[in-house]
Amino acid sequence: MEMNQYLSIFIDEANDHLQSLNENMLRLEQQPEDISIVQVIFRSAHTLKGMSATMEFKDLASLTHEMENVLDLVRNGKLSMNGVIFDALFKCLDELEAMVQDVINGGTGSGDVTELVDRLKAIVKGDIGDGSAGAKSAAPKAATPTSLMLDQFQLSVLMQSLESGHRAYYIEVTVREDCLLKAARAYMVFDALERNGEVVKAHPSVQEIEQEQFDRSFAVYYISQVDESVLRDQVSRVSEIESVNITPVDQGTLTDLDNAAHVSAASASAEVQTATQQVAAAAPAASAAPSAEAPSAPRPSPQAAAGSAAPRTIRVDIDRLDSLMNLFSELLIDRVRLEQLATEVRRNDLTETVEHMARVSADLQNIVLKLRMVPVESVFNRFPRMVRDLAKSLDKKVDLVITGAETELDRTVIDEIGDPLVHLIRNAVDHGIESISDRVSAGKSEVGTVHLRAYHAGNHVFIEIEEDGKGINRPKVLETAIMRGVITAEDAKKLSDDEVNMLIFAAGFSTADKISDISGRGVGLDVVKSKIASLGGHVAVTSKLGSGTKFSIQLPLTLSIIAAMLIKLGSEKYAFPLSSIVETGSIRKENIRNVHGSQMIEFRNAIIPIVSLSSVVGSPDYNEQGEEETEIVVVRKGDKLAAVMVDEFIGQSEIVLKPLGKYLSSVVGVVSGATILGDGQVALIIDPNALIK
Amino acid sequence: MAEEMKVIVFTLAQEEYGIEVDKVRTIERLMPITRVPKTPDFVKGVINLRGVVIPVIDLRGRFGLEESELGENSRIIIVAVNDMEVGFIVDSANDVLDLMSDTIENPPEIVGGIKAKYLSGVAKIGDNRLLILLNLPEVLNRGEIVLLEQLGE
Repeated sequence: MEMNQYLSIFIDEANDHLQSLNENMLRLEQQPEDISIVQVIFRSAHTLKGMSATMEFKDLASLTHEMENVLDLVRNGKLSMNGVIFDALFKCLDELEAMVQDVINGGTGSGDVTELVDRLKAIVKGDIGDGSAGAKSAAPKAATPTSLMLDQFQLSVLMQSLESGHRAYYIEVTVREDCLLKAARAYMVFDALERNGEVVKAHPSVQEIEQEQFDRSFAVYYISQVDESVLRDQVSRVSEIESVNITPVDQGTLTDLDNAAHVSAASASAEVQTATQQVAAAAPAASAAPSAEAPSAPRPSPQAAAGSAAPRTIRVDIDRLDSLMNLFSELLIDRVRLEQLATEVRRNDLTETVEHMARVSADLQNIVLKLRMVPVESVFNRFPRMVRDLAKSLDKKVDLVITGAETELDRTVIDEIGDPLVHLIRNAVDHGIESISDRVSAGKSEVGTVHLRAYHAGNHVFIEIEEDGKGINRPKVLETAIMRGVITAEDAKKLSDDEVNMLIFAAGFSTADKISDISGRGVGLDVVKSKIASLGGHVAVTSKLGSGTKFSIQLPLTLSIIAAMLIKLGSEKYAFPLSSIVETGSIRKENIRNVHGSQMIEFRNAIIPIVSLSSVVGSPDYNEQGEEETEIVVVRKGDKLAAVMVDEFIGQSEIVLKPLGKYLSSVVGVVSGATILGDGQVALIIDPNALIK
Repeated sequence: MAEEMKVIVFTLAQEEYGIEVDKVRTIERLMPITRVPKTPDFVKGVINLRGVVIPVIDLRGRFGLEESELGENSRIIIVAVNDMEVGFIVDSANDVLDLMSDTIENPPEIVGGIKAKYLSGVAKIGDNRLLILLNLPEVLNRGEIVLLEQLGE
């Protein structure tokens, strides 16, 4: 079977499920008693297993299968979560992620899962430390009719069928002790039953029965038209069955059951104390899950409801969005042209139509631009897991508080911002937050807090990472910076606190006393800085010794639209990115000086080089030599400035960045890209960095 | 087995050339071209083709022929090869022909002053009509652009 066409869907969905697994595992770790979270996890694992099996990723399937077994015990209250199980499951998630990554990279998605599978099998067998043993031994006792609770949905199904003249039975089937194929026999029983009616509820669940996860007996609620004796006859005909117990169910019993369900549901929301109660409470929650689609079904908890409500989205290839945007900008150009024509023609009905079209296209423009925006959540959601693991391996207690995860950023920025953030957060947990003992002796709470915030401000998005750790130690930073040759001792004295803080972004700088495997090789922060700069953003750091450090990243909303200054050079038009322009002005010819063969001007008490754009681009019809006074644009690269002589300013404008085309991509030079102007012409974007040597 | 193929026919300095039809995206009339600095002379610049910026080269210049004035019949043929989209300025483009692959012969060393490596073959149509087929990957070889740039510096 040709699987390639499904592969991308598989990858997308597998990633979604892994993400949901990670999130819910973390939530479960906070509230280990909340069975509804286990339900969500179980469903994700189950879907993942099914998908992997269909795609023939055997290792993925077998690992998820074992995870499912463990989770199934948990959700049925036969096993309570503890540290060992959490660790094992998190390990599994890591392994799954690695395998899915392998699939993405074109691999076979195979991995060595035997150790993890064995570990999970051991957990299923109850072969783990204390705590779980008690719950497990309590389980068989509880596996009596009391555990066969029905939820509202199933109850109403039974009630309705009784009212419409069907019969309901409670059937208990026990297989013989020497039975070899329990699951097969059970299947035959189900088969026999389903020929004449419908099984409403089974205990253990059908899945468990199929996997032979039942002792010797199982019980079902069953709706049928046939008599009790016929039923008994049919079920007994299956070989290796020891006994069949059929009890008719009437409305009275159902009402009793209903009441019992309410009681146990109430106890579920309260603190569950004993193992038996846990099991009783688990049953209704467990049975609620399959019927989640039915509106009448009681929601296990509002959190689970929110988790399972999938947003209504479709996946669209980003190339299609790009071509939509291209076509749309073409439409805008035609609109401008139409508007011009309409004013020339002066016909009312035409003017009205064109105005209406202008309004519609303005709305359309908003939508098209928004289509590319993605909530930062897709980057943020991997951090809780990361912080948990980090804190655990460093033996620290850290809370990660995320705010503003719904803030939207352009897809291209989202794709790039992940790695820098990982670095900064690792840094915050590793170097920022102190060890528990240090925190206590400093009079702080044991648990350190890392805030991760995102918010909009004007045309920018800010992402802040703030921790309440030890702060940046100025003398130590200076000492290291001088030792590493980042600055000289004299310069160091003149620096302000903020300038000192920025030193940690210098290449080859690390203040960690010992190098850990998490961060501190001194290669991190300078990479972070350059990455953010390449996205058109800035990073700043503020810190207070003893009370914490805050990294603040400023990012443009989108990379595809930038603010630019349009200039004219004879008949040609060029654009300068506004972000690199310091100032515009004009200069008289006599103020240009020759300093050692190069032309310089005085600008704000400094001497800066002056560059002729017309000679750099080889302008065919403009030369500033003939002018007494020339317009200049002062541009910046890092802390270096240069003045660029141009012919005329056109004005400031938001422009859409376009690549020059692959054929010209090897032509590196003063042009960094192109844009399409309102009149449909292409204007080139000057890369100011190339003008400053 | 001879296979049939469709080619777009265009003229360049009185010679007839052909490009397979599936490599051609569109044929456009001349439109304003924005010059790109620091490129070889035959790279005329970039155009805005319905929102996409596409480089345009003058095929006469590319083949070392004398560049002529652009006229009413001049066209830009947009081709797509190896993920690259490039426009060719040609003297005119006005025909689509069906060719049998067995009428195509290997190119002689020099045809119309164009080096043989840019050609994939010559097809004979009718009695005295010759159609020169272009070897597009070689025409669009970017290595030469880089080389030309280095020479220019």
